[in-house]
Amino acid sequence: MKRLLKMMPSLLRIGFAENIAYRAEMLIWVLATTMPFVMMVMWRSVAEHFDIVGGMGQTLGPLQMTHYFLAVFVVRQVVSAWAAWEMNFEIRQGTLSMRLLKPISPLIGYAVSGLTGLPLRLVVALPVLLVFFFLGGFRPGAEYGLLFLLPLALVGGWLIVLFANMAIGSLAVFSGSSTRIMEAWMAAFFVFSGYLFPLDLFPDWLAWIGDILPFRYQLGFPVQVLTLSLEVGDALILLGKQWLWVAVLGVLTWVLWRRGVRHFEAFGG
Amino acid sequence: MIEVEHLKKYYSVFRREPGLRNSLKALFRRQKTEVRAVDGLSFHIAEGKRVGFLGPNGAGKTTTLKMLSGLLYPSSGKVLVDGHLPHKRETDFLKKIILVMGQKQQLLWDLPPLETLELNRAIYEVQKPVFRKRLEALTELLDIGPQLRTPARQLSLGERMKCELAAGLIHSPKLLFLDEPTIGLDVSMQQTIREFIRSYNEKEGATLILTSHNMDDVEALCPRILVIDKGRLLFDGSVAELVAQVKPEKRIGLRFEDNKLPENLEAYGRVVSTGVGEATLQLNREEVSGVLGQLLARFAIKDLTVENPPLEEVMGELFSKHAFLRHEEGTEST
Repeated sequence: MKRLLKMMPSLLRIGFAENIAYRAEMLIWVLATTMPFVMMVMWRSVAEHFDIVGGMGQTLGPLQMTHYFLAVFVVRQVVSAWAAWEMNFEIRQGTLSMRLLKPISPLIGYAVSGLTGLPLRLVVALPVLLVFFFLGGFRPGAEYGLLFLLPLALVGGWLIVLFANMAIGSLAVFSGSSTRIMEAWMAAFFVFSGYLFPLDLFPDWLAWIGDILPFRYQLGFPVQVLTLSLEVGDALILLGKQWLWVAVLGVLTWVLWRRGVRHFEAFGG
Repeated sequence: MIEVEHLKKYYSVFRREPGLRNSLKALFRRQKTEVRAVDGLSFHIAEGKRVGFLGPNGAGKTTTLKMLSGLLYPSSGKVLVDGHLPHKRETDFLKKIILVMGQKQQLLWDLPPLETLELNRAIYEVQKPVFRKRLEALTELLDIGPQLRTPARQLSLGERMKCELAAGLIHSPKLLFLDEPTIGLDVSMQQTIREFIRSYNEKEGATLILTSHNMDDVEALCPRILVIDKGRLLFDGSVAELVAQVKPEKRIGLRFEDNKLPENLEAYGRVVSTGVGEATLQLNREEVSGVLGQLLARFAIKDLTVENPPLEEVMGELFSKHAFLRHEEGTEST
């Protein structure tokens, strides 16, 4: 751990330099994540014509919808990782070998690579966050103390995304490619995370399923914390569930990676 | 430094015939074939030695290097590298080695190689003053000052390979595995890389294992060669011993005064090639001194060389003999 902390400044600095080198690609990625703005326009229009009641009996008017989707955009920028694509590419190209020969776990390399993209994404996310706070739209009686949970909720969300990416990426060692699995994961994410519509609009049975799956803890839960649309007690329970998913996916990643490397050792890259 | 005993690496590959029908069939039933990439290799290499690994495509050279560097887990047998079991990939072990693959790179594509070197400095925990000293030495030896500050993607293949070597050697490894390090490079760049590798070996006392299809690399760098085919060791010794064993002839290159080629050269040996006023004869080693005496006495000779046949030819002969023997064994056993 001490070794890792010592090398971390260099890893982060060079990772950041790489991300700046890929700035055009990053910009395209950011543009590709503007779906919340599209959904915002659509749901605002719906809210203007219909009464929509969200969690805790709160009416979701146009302002609340705007508020919600701005938060979705900001959180999505923070909790992103693409290790699965990176791992698939390196496994197929055989360049994973070069990582395995270095005295540092490749998993740390993938995590750092995701983390160092954050500053660039924040350049886009922070102005949106300012607009978010400027607009207001919090429910009456919202507890601002909930914001203290936000860092933990964001880190938890990011770790779920990262571990899911790494676990799925590790599968590429066995099958040659796992990008389809990642695409399936993303499809489920779009439905169950609150990315396309507020989770409060789910019917009870679907909400129950969403509550079990990890996707809402990637994005929907941090968004609920940011929009202060939870009671503190409920937020703590959800935080517990989120970190349980972090632990589960962390262990799964570790197991699949270990097995993946053994398989790689057995069959070569 | 390296001990290898009865090393084997077998693995299964799936086979599928082309066509839609076969694709559908393969969904339910896949045919597996066992590949014996390495089949009972044994050899020892002492510290500081330079050893060449030779063999045709698919001989098992890269697979062996991957087992020695810890990327592959052996099916059976023993590999010990500087007291480590490579497949455990312990930090101490990984800090002692590099594997440079001519066709794969570790340089960060969009950044100047200096950034990769700095990254390696951090990962291999090289102290900054030591790093600066080594960087200076490597920059001078490889002549890569400006290239270190140019994004890797904008460098030529040769410049990239030189930077790859610098990135691989910044932590001063004791053991170098070089897999086709001069592949795709022009002749002068090959020469530069060879000279650098030799000087690194001599200065640092590092052990070096090289695989290459380029016989010039092997002849220039490796006093000892291991020849493998189908995962088996065919020969272990020096280039000169290999030539003496497989193709025990010598070649005499002759250039005649007045650029006139005399007649009846066949009487002195097999004429391998002729040109304007020059010829190359091939004859048995023991005949060389006698024939040389006769040639010098009889003709006005401007220039004369005595050489072994090219290593490519020797290798070609060795592998064709081996293939023939394998075929014979196969025929006998059926």
